[in-house]
Amino acid sequence: MASPSTRGAAIDLKSVSKQYGSFIALDKVSLRIEPGEFMTLLGPSGSGKTTTLNVIAGFTEVSSGSLDVGGKSVIGVPAHKRNIGVVFQHYALFPHMRVSRNVAYPLTLRGIANPDREARVRKALDMVKMADFGHRFPSELSGGQQQRVALARAIVFDPPLLLMDEPLGALDKKLREWLQLEIKRIHRELGTTFVYVTHDQEEALVLSDRIAVFNQGRIEQIGTGRQLYDEPETLFVGKFVGDSTILRGAASTSGNETAIEIEGRKVAAAKRLPDGAKPVMLLRPEKLSLARRGKGGQDRNTLPGRIGEAIYLGSGSKYEVVLADTSKAIVRSTLDAETFAIGDEVDLIFAGSDVKLLADDEKADFTLT
Amino acid sequence: MATITTDSRNTGPAVAADDRRRWFRGQAFWLVAPALLLLVVCLGLPLAIMTLRSFSEPQWGWQNYAWFFGTPVNLTVLQRTFAISAWVTLVCLIAGYPYAYVMTAVGPKMRLVLILCVLVPFWVSGVVRTLAWVILLQDSGVINSVIRAVGLSPVKLIRTQTGVVIGMAQVLLPFMILPLYSVMKTIDLRLMQAARSLGASPARAFAQVYLPLSLPGVYAGAIIVFILALGFYITPALLGGPRSTMLSTLIQNQVLSLLNWGRGGAMGVVLLIATFVLLALAAPLSRQPHKTGSTR
Repeated sequence: MASPSTRGAAIDLKSVSKQYGSFIALDKVSLRIEPGEFMTLLGPSGSGKTTTLNVIAGFTEVSSGSLDVGGKSVIGVPAHKRNIGVVFQHYALFPHMRVSRNVAYPLTLRGIANPDREARVRKALDMVKMADFGHRFPSELSGGQQQRVALARAIVFDPPLLLMDEPLGALDKKLREWLQLEIKRIHRELGTTFVYVTHDQEEALVLSDRIAVFNQGRIEQIGTGRQLYDEPETLFVGKFVGDSTILRGAASTSGNETAIEIEGRKVAAAKRLPDGAKPVMLLRPEKLSLARRGKGGQDRNTLPGRIGEAIYLGSGSKYEVVLADTSKAIVRSTLDAETFAIGDEVDLIFAGSDVKLLADDEKADFTLT
Repeated sequence: MATITTDSRNTGPAVAADDRRRWFRGQAFWLVAPALLLLVVCLGLPLAIMTLRSFSEPQWGWQNYAWFFGTPVNLTVLQRTFAISAWVTLVCLIAGYPYAYVMTAVGPKMRLVLILCVLVPFWVSGVVRTLAWVILLQDSGVINSVIRAVGLSPVKLIRTQTGVVIGMAQVLLPFMILPLYSVMKTIDLRLMQAARSLGASPARAFAQVYLPLSLPGVYAGAIIVFILALGFYITPALLGGPRSTMLSTLIQNQVLSLLNWGRGGAMGVVLLIATFVLLALAAPLSRQPHKTGSTR
């Protein structure tokens, strides 16, 4: 048996485009996925993440560009000859076959005969903790159980690459969180390359080695969860990954400093954007603090606001602060910090060094479905 | 009896649901009463009389059945009736299966057009449609004109078994397509994608996934078409010749021409019993235990 690190296949998409009539589903997407990596394609619906997955799986032909899997071009290779495992959102188990026959199906197709076939089916079902359910029909299983069987079926033939299309999308939160950890464990044990599609940024952060953020058929940024959260390169990434506060207003620059004016109050950061870009400020909730009106530090940026929503989270509190220009700021405070009630007049305080200065972009708006 | 206390927790709602069901069953009887009455008076009663007369005319006994099974031509026609019905079922299946599949695959507008194409001929009287087939199939008809025009020798269609099968298949096609469609539209086409990702060629994915899942529709459609074909009268009478007579024509001949109600009744009973036997044999096939969830 090969060592886990060498069992996964590398994937190389170069300038891949897909058009449906005049609609551009993928616009020159380039993405390299390392062998054994857990790569998540993250984005809102219609952003091109599922199209990318379908292109890799062979369900969708590219309009232009190149696609290599394991160092070989697979352009024009039909789906059934690509040897790639796929897990679908809606399980896609064969309803007329028992669980064990479902899992054995890819082995049967590959002409693997019985003592070996049965052993591998048992091993795959063991791995997803469904060994006792082999004789059941899919209709006799819960959603979570069906998805685990589907996972077993997709890994039983040892594909070097496993694609998962929102596999936990139809399950409830607790089950989803537990299965996320199961998927992580299975990835570690198999050493297979995983490509995972989701619109849930928390799920992406939990699972992935790296995340590719999709928007409107393009990749906005590729990086680790930490990179995307701490150093978003575009406004869309900043807004889509994690909570964020966006400050917009008349911008002015002097030297290396950029200032934004909101209802007569200026806030500044010691950063500059290239000329021509309209700057906006992005702040993470834990970089913001609150003080009662007039009692905050004067050396830092302050903006007046009113508490619009106060949520107790157990480990601390989360506040929605309505600013003078009616935009909303999201603040997370620790347990020992001062607490506020809805309607309290407050000052929003932050350091100029914590500001992410990004170019404004009307494409940064998204809707979750 | 020690289990009474633990069980009582569940009996409350269960009893209530049971009561509701019983109440509904009582009410439901009145909802089906008009249809039931109609069936009893217009179908059950005449059927009983027909059965009775097959034994009572001209005198009590089995003589009509002895005549039926003792006359070679009757057995030939019975056999032919089953053979023609089987052919019609096969033709309907071959023509209807891809049609029903396309109905599930196209968009809603095209689907409406396809459904109308099935149903509109259905709204035209069977006699009219059969007469149209006479014009198409006859020796100097449209089909043979086309065959002659392309330089081939004309074929004999009218008054042959082939002509009867063609005409009957056209009339009965909706009864095949509609049950097929109603089953096929419940098949998740993403299963085919899943099969392909697991290594199945499109042909294997069809044979191992789609076809088995569509079988309940095949059975349902085949049973309906076959049974309707067994009793078909107008189309074989108009399109067929003496060598393609079906049982219904013989019955009509006995009852209306020879006024032999006993023999006609006996033939009807034989056809009826043959149909019931067939239904009993085929019924288990069209059930799908795994889809309805046999968790109990």
